[in-house]
Amino acid sequence: MTAISESAAGRALPWPSMLRESGLAAFVALLLTVPLVGFRTVDRPTGLGISTRFDEVLAAAALVFIGRLGLCLVNEGRALLVMVLSILALAVSAFVGFPTEALKVIAMGGAFVISLRAAMKINGDAAITLAAVYVALFLGPWLQLGGGVTLWLVAKSVIAAAALAVAVWRGLHAWRKHGAPVSLADRDKAMDRIAVKVQQASRFLGPVGIAFALIFPFLPIADRVSIDIGILLLTYIMLGWGLNIVVGLAGLLDLGYVAFYAVGAYSYALLATYFGWGFWICLPLAGVLAALSGVLLGFPVLRLRGDYFAIVTLGFGEIIRVILINWYQFTGGPNGISGIPRPSFFGLAEFNRNPTGGLPSFHEMFGLEFSSLHRIIFLYYLILALALVVNLFTLRVRKLPMGRAWEALREDDIACSSLGINRTNMKLGAFAIAAMFGGFAGSFFATRQGFISPESFTFIESAIILAIVVLGGMGSQVGVVVATFIVIGLPEMFRELEQYRMVAFGMGMVLIMLWRPRGLLAHRDPTIRLQGYGGGGTPAAGTAAAGGEAIAGGRAK
Amino acid sequence: MTDAIMTTAALPLPNATTPLLAVEHLTMRFGGLVAVNDVSFAAANRQITAVIGPNGAGKTTLFNCLTGFYSPTIGRLTLRHPDGKTFLLEQMPGYRISQKASVARTFQNIRLFGGMSVLENLMVAQHNKLQNASGFTIAGLLGLPSYRKAEQQAVDLARYWLSRVRLLDYADWQAGNLPYGAQRRLEIARAMCTEPVLLCLDEPAAGLNPRESGELADLLTFIRDEHGIGVLLIEHDMSVVMSISDHVVVLDYGRKIADGTPHEVKNDPAVIRAYLGEEEDEELPPEVAKDLEGKGV
Repeated sequence: MTAISESAAGRALPWPSMLRESGLAAFVALLLTVPLVGFRTVDRPTGLGISTRFDEVLAAAALVFIGRLGLCLVNEGRALLVMVLSILALAVSAFVGFPTEALKVIAMGGAFVISLRAAMKINGDAAITLAAVYVALFLGPWLQLGGGVTLWLVAKSVIAAAALAVAVWRGLHAWRKHGAPVSLADRDKAMDRIAVKVQQASRFLGPVGIAFALIFPFLPIADRVSIDIGILLLTYIMLGWGLNIVVGLAGLLDLGYVAFYAVGAYSYALLATYFGWGFWICLPLAGVLAALSGVLLGFPVLRLRGDYFAIVTLGFGEIIRVILINWYQFTGGPNGISGIPRPSFFGLAEFNRNPTGGLPSFHEMFGLEFSSLHRIIFLYYLILALALVVNLFTLRVRKLPMGRAWEALREDDIACSSLGINRTNMKLGAFAIAAMFGGFAGSFFATRQGFISPESFTFIESAIILAIVVLGGMGSQVGVVVATFIVIGLPEMFRELEQYRMVAFGMGMVLIMLWRPRGLLAHRDPTIRLQGYGGGGTPAAGTAAAGGEAIAGGRAK
Repeated sequence: MTDAIMTTAALPLPNATTPLLAVEHLTMRFGGLVAVNDVSFAAANRQITAVIGPNGAGKTTLFNCLTGFYSPTIGRLTLRHPDGKTFLLEQMPGYRISQKASVARTFQNIRLFGGMSVLENLMVAQHNKLQNASGFTIAGLLGLPSYRKAEQQAVDLARYWLSRVRLLDYADWQAGNLPYGAQRRLEIARAMCTEPVLLCLDEPAAGLNPRESGELADLLTFIRDEHGIGVLLIEHDMSVVMSISDHVVVLDYGRKIADGTPHEVKNDPAVIRAYLGEEEDEELPPEVAKDLEGKGV
């Protein structure tokens, strides 16, 4: 096809070295998968037993062998052959029965990755075409015809249609002109361009997204499940935006953010159950308490840097959880707190059918038919408003001295000190504010669930929130939204992977760290531009464009 | 807090001849190593004071003591503003030396905020002024006009210094993408945006070509003459030091070995020994003497 493959096609393939390399890779895979996959503890009536899954271990090793061989062939210039073969393998494994569903998904995944890699070697358009075809096939409505029209189905169909259009357009491109193979640097540049475009587009896509979020509960596609998922996504978006202040702006790696979420949740739950105070009084109190706990942690810790700081925050997260478990008399220990009051309609009405607290009921107040959905929709709007407050705060504070000082601290805190910036106060500010937002989210969580226990505040929650921030691109507000859809949405999609879901999640994170270490949408716009400030001597538009180019190109630093 | 630091009453009454900065018996020990040993000198307002010496002479340690990165083992560092306010720098925590005593510095290995734009670097330098104007962020969040006015003034100051260091066209560039020489100039502009009374420059000409060094000399002379502040300069480039300094202090192995005008220092036998080695019996080879001579003026 291309110059490279033509010149290489005549050459004999170095089979011995290729086989050796593939065998070695398979051996390493074997070593890794025997303990990870091969043995599994199971609950038996007689106690714990061990079951073995060596068939899956062998399958994994065989897959690695074939995959590695495919990659070797691609590197030897047989990209087209490998691409065709792996597409065939993908198609076959989609229809052939496998012993387990997980094996099938893994086989398909392997073929998928290798075919894309081969297509990249042919040229960029071919890779994009193939990726788009896959997206269309995977998301297309043909997989579940006959079911009712759900939001998910509509969204999938829209994405699939768009992907098909891209596939046709790019496919024509790939057919007509044989571009050069895509190098890693090219791909990085392309991703940077996309990041810049998304950042620019977010200026109008943001309001569109917010408008959609506002009308969403009243759309015909919205049902109880989709609104619940919306609430879940918005909760994580809010937490991501909150943590973004500490991690993305101030550059402090906080591994224990869930502690503040827990403080907020327990503050509300305890205040409400002990004193019977309403949600609207407890919400600010929970925020204040969480911020105080942030300051309390911050004072001794903020003099630490980098890894040490991260370890202490990790410890703090665990301390809070252990206290919640062990302080039985106060927090209910592992049993948690149940019967947490639900929020009222701003203290004016209750969402129950027959309110007991002396307030009128919501549906009577507005002359509606009673529906349990009212409360869920109210909760949806509540978390939407809270999340938007966080977003608005971050967008504004970035343009203020405090936000600029945070970003400067991230860049070089010694220089900050030499410019007279009180580092401790600035970091404490970032910590307390992020903790406060975490506390708000926590009390929302408590009031939504009606029941909380320490199990909801484990380290994995901190890790997920941090993954959202890092994946999205540190400091990027849009990035957090995109990453939330990926991190929370994808595991929902891959339910058939069962126990391999976390492995797939981990693999996805490793791939992103390899390909986009600075996050998917890592792009930073200056918070202030000289052009915006009239007066003489401002550079012409050409210079501004050059500046933008330089900024876009500066990612490789 | 501020009152505790401004111990004007405890010090001898300032008079017209009191220097801007008085370093008295400054000693800095790191374990057994004495990096700065009983150094005393003074730097005057509206003068460029150069601190020179071979590598490892303790120049940067001296700077770090001055700007609060180290607290000296022994010694007193007195800064007296032209308006009479007096500060004892050795007793102040690092960030306050810039915030209250108005001492700004640059670094030997440039420390810009590389991911931020050039203009943002200069805005961060005006943090304390703007932070007060923004009512500790609250007035800023509300977008009150008082903050917007302060921001406009800050941008104007930044624009002034950008045009001074010829970076106006690069204002919206990412600072880390600027060429090396421009980064050096930007760091000086950033230090000047803190509106200091004493500017400390740690090897500002390192890595600059002769043309850029010449421009740097012009810039420093401009800062001294037009802004009327004191400049303290560590530099190895003798052409810069000898052409613009009003006063030169020479350190060697942590001790002060000479102190005077460039001309005096240049002919000081102790300085020549420190730079060219100990060969007391022999006279300087004529080429070297000529070379040293030529580098003067």
